[in-house]
Amino acid sequence: MTAKDEVLTSSGYIQHHLTNAQMCTVDGSFAFNHACTDAGFWTWHIDSLLFSVGLGVLFLFCFYRIGQKATSGVPGKLQCATEMLLEFVNGAVKDSFHGRNPVIAPLALTIFVWILLMNTMDLIPVDFIPEAAKHFGIPYLKVVPTTDMNVTFGLSLSVFVLIVFYSIKVKGFKGFVKELTLQPFNHWAFIPVNFVLETISLIAKPISLSLRLFGNLYAGELIFILIALLPWWTQAALSVPWAIFHILVIVLQAFIFMMLTIVYLSMAHEDH
Amino acid sequence: MNINATLLGQAIAFAMFVWFCMKFVWPPLISAIEDRQKKINNGLTQAERAGKDLELAKAKVAEKLKEAKVQAAEIIDQANKRRAQIVEKAKTEGELERDKVIAQGVAEVEAERRRAREELCQQVAVLAIAGAEKIIKRSIDKQANSDIIDKLVAEL
Repeated sequence: MTAKDEVLTSSGYIQHHLTNAQMCTVDGSFAFNHACTDAGFWTWHIDSLLFSVGLGVLFLFCFYRIGQKATSGVPGKLQCATEMLLEFVNGAVKDSFHGRNPVIAPLALTIFVWILLMNTMDLIPVDFIPEAAKHFGIPYLKVVPTTDMNVTFGLSLSVFVLIVFYSIKVKGFKGFVKELTLQPFNHWAFIPVNFVLETISLIAKPISLSLRLFGNLYAGELIFILIALLPWWTQAALSVPWAIFHILVIVLQAFIFMMLTIVYLSMAHEDH
Repeated sequence: MNINATLLGQAIAFAMFVWFCMKFVWPPLISAIEDRQKKINNGLTQAERAGKDLELAKAKVAEKLKEAKVQAAEIIDQANKRRAQIVEKAKTEGELERDKVIAQGVAEVEAERRRAREELCQQVAVLAIAGAEKIIKRSIDKQANSDIIDKLVAEL
């Protein structure tokens, strides 16, 4: 199937919109899209990476500029808005995280704003950027990075690494192993049962974190794509309410991801 | 959905972003917020203190005003007394002076009268003597009868 064939049918159209722009190396040179079908793990979704990194850089650049100009006197409107966001994140961290760790708050801010920005890409009409890209010779383009499972897993596995890292750092390796084996039933005979239970609950954290975000955004994007298949005069009537509803999902998912990260890391810091 | 190297790229980007945010974004903004909180806190405390000071000052002013009024009343009282005293003194002095002047006048008048009378007596005596002289010239020596004349003068 080529890109041209896909656009002709409904399922082809949907399929086309759900395919990432891929890049890989075949025989020592770069190859794109269909050439990468057999590349296995070493395939890069360049559209996801481009948009997510671009949005992350945009966020950090803006906040960095505002931070450089920040005054403790009377703040401007932009600084006020930024500080409100900061206070919101800081408040959430202070409410749930009772240890002292300088990483948590910036981490939460990065997660919240970055995911929020990536989710917001969902509100751009589904055909705008891909159609424009087609004129530049890019056949596939997915503009919402959080509808790519690699992106959400990249985030949640990073959080998972932090959870394990801080668990071991705070409680020691022994404490971490104890936590996995002597809970919830504190008896040596239950060690295997405990281990299975605790390991599952530990592993479930990053998986649920990433799948929740991915699922919500993927479903939202899919509905936008389905609406785009309808006759043009009905699209506004459906996509506008859905977009308005989706604003809630966008913010909520970013908030949930941030909040759960804080809670998981707070749990990692607590000694039982 | 296939998991591939994008995941690694995303994780690396995430780590870099968090690091950057922690190093360059979070500190200036949070320090600005905390500084402002401190400033506002100080300002409020100072305002409260200033309010208290104002109240104290007002109380002090009222007290001082009362004191001043009492003092003013006292001064006026004293002044009135002093005026009465001065007037009284002046009056007595005036009376004394008047009495003195009157007494002097009376004395002067008395002295003048006495002198006039003495003069008159002498003149009468002279006249009597002159009369007697004329009478006696014709008859007796002036010298022999002068004691009689003196006696007459003293009786006057």
